[in-house]
Amino acid sequence: MSSLFLSQLLNGIQLGVLLFLLSSGLTLIFGIMNFINLAHGSLYMIGAFIGAASYNASGSFLFSAVAAIASAALVGGLIEHLVARPLYRYDHLYQVLATFGLMMFFNELARVIWGNRPYFVEIPESIRGAVMLFGASYPVYRLLIIVVGILIALGAWFLIQKTRFGMLIRAGATHAPMVSVLGTNIDLLKRALFMLGAGLSGLAGALAGPILSVQSGMGDSVLILALVVIVVGGIGSIKGALVAAMVIATIDTLGRAYLPHVLGLVLAPSTANTVGTALASMLIYLLMAFVLAFRPQGIISPARR
Amino acid sequence: MKKLTGVAALAGMLLAGTAQADMTVGFSGVLSGPQAVLGQDQHDGFMLAVEMLGGKFGNQKVNVVSEDDQLKPDVGAQIMQKFLERDKVDAIVGLGFSNVLMAELRRIKEAGIPALATNAGPAPVAGKLCTPNLFGVAWQNDAMSEAMGQYVQDLGRKTAYLLAPSYQAGKDKLAGFKRYYKGQVVKEVYTPLGQLDYSAEISDLQATKPEALFVFYPGGLGVNFTRQLSQSGEIGRIPYFSEAAIDNNTLSALKTQADGSIFGATWSHVLDFPQNRKFVEAYRKKYGRLPSEYAANAFDAAYLLDAAVRKINGNVSDRAAFVAAVKSVASEFPSVRGKFAFNSNNMPIQNVYAFGVVKDGDGFAVKKLATVFTDHQDAYVSQCKM
Repeated sequence: MSSLFLSQLLNGIQLGVLLFLLSSGLTLIFGIMNFINLAHGSLYMIGAFIGAASYNASGSFLFSAVAAIASAALVGGLIEHLVARPLYRYDHLYQVLATFGLMMFFNELARVIWGNRPYFVEIPESIRGAVMLFGASYPVYRLLIIVVGILIALGAWFLIQKTRFGMLIRAGATHAPMVSVLGTNIDLLKRALFMLGAGLSGLAGALAGPILSVQSGMGDSVLILALVVIVVGGIGSIKGALVAAMVIATIDTLGRAYLPHVLGLVLAPSTANTVGTALASMLIYLLMAFVLAFRPQGIISPARR
Repeated sequence: MKKLTGVAALAGMLLAGTAQADMTVGFSGVLSGPQAVLGQDQHDGFMLAVEMLGGKFGNQKVNVVSEDDQLKPDVGAQIMQKFLERDKVDAIVGLGFSNVLMAELRRIKEAGIPALATNAGPAPVAGKLCTPNLFGVAWQNDAMSEAMGQYVQDLGRKTAYLLAPSYQAGKDKLAGFKRYYKGQVVKEVYTPLGQLDYSAEISDLQATKPEALFVFYPGGLGVNFTRQLSQSGEIGRIPYFSEAAIDNNTLSALKTQADGSIFGATWSHVLDFPQNRKFVEAYRKKYGRLPSEYAANAFDAAYLLDAAVRKINGNVSDRAAFVAAVKSVASEFPSVRGKFAFNSNNMPIQNVYAFGVVKDGDGFAVKKLATVFTDHQDAYVSQCKM
């Protein structure tokens, strides 16, 4: 029982890391630039496709990860230049409409290029297989995802808190005109930030490729989860995204694993199973509703609010 | 590029057809969105058959009108209206997923022309709501999971662990499995439809150690689940039985990751019938990929219509005779499934097989393991009063 619990906890952390990678870019763009980017899921899809295609072509996982990040960042930069920039001044509704259109465009583009069958991708030989952990076998690749996630979290923290670039971003978030007046090119800063967020999303896609089905539209369902994470975590806060991703993933995983059992103590087995399953899939949205009701700024809110 | 020329040729054929068509067939199916692959396969299979029949059913030149139902029941119902009122079709093929078919049912019934479902066979249509002019050319939805239940039973597995997405079809499929499996179902788990990560379920599975695992995960869900199960090293350790998770479309994404899995189906490209060899070869040549069962169903639908039109000497305007002909020639037309017939509820009587995915050099191969049911009938036929 306890060993099963530990491996379920590990499952939760692993899902949390993926959610964190996805939502960190979104929260940066949304929170700091006040721009709603629904095409964020598409950047994740681009990362997954480019990662898979370049791995199949080159056989190097590292190269495919770099290619995924670079291409997502590049597309992110293009989106920023062509779509986001003219819309910064406008209402969120315009941004939603434009980026929703982009989302459909990218889904169709992926279908045109790669067809509508799921795309084949495999884990490299060297990190395939499973290790025994807590008495159950656990895929090595998932451990790798956890490690990468932790490194990215540390890197993001360092970048935002300890570098000049991070300082300018934090300053730009609260006092954009002032930063501009002091001689910093705020437009360039915004583009860099946008590309950074896009690149992170691309990395998430490349990492998720070998465990999920790589196909057109794969970013749409993931976008919803990412939005839940940034709302719970506090929009604009990387730390919030990390905490919320972990909390949500752990609640979701443990809920699915144990809620039917727990309810089974008080209800008939078949009812407990039905109710438990339904409730488990609602848990994260219940959490979001709870957070919105009692702490609308999110678990961890950036200093400015 | 090959695809483009195919489309151009198709368009040319359609245009030529409009000019001098003797009969019109409406094709409706999902042609956009994540499930488009199923609709596209049906369309490709049907068009290939029309082409192989020389663009004619019997002595009638065929004009095909295709529509995308977007997997939306309301759109499906509108398409039926368009087919009947504007295109004045003589027969309808495709009809999409079960939920779309249910919404189209009333108009199909009123029209009285033959309607051939090449994807869905929901329980109500097989039972209480059975309709004289609606034919399930594919399967009754439960057939494949019933076969897996029987197969797991035949193998003598004492415990089974069941997994499916939490929606109507998921529940129906697991009910189908349990109808024939008499051992102990240790756990029956329903996951949310949009769930991406199955690690929690897989960990629980590892701890439960059942003698058999049965899942129903269509399309991309099946790729996700099978991939993750394979990565945890459990395929092979826990016998993995499935429906809809493994087919020639998902196998193109899974390849060796599905080694050792077993699935229930009414058709596979490895079945050795003359018509099937002809179909698989022509399909590969034209589209450059292996056909799926959806393509096979639609291919059969075209040959079935051809045989029916021959029987009535091309007089498709006599709707009642056309419908009766479709029903009577079902056991005669050359089917890629070998033996085929309609039951009294217009659902197929056909064999259901267990297939296994095995390693073949660097790739994979599909192997027939057993003919689980011979001339299988669905469980709802007695409820149909027609």
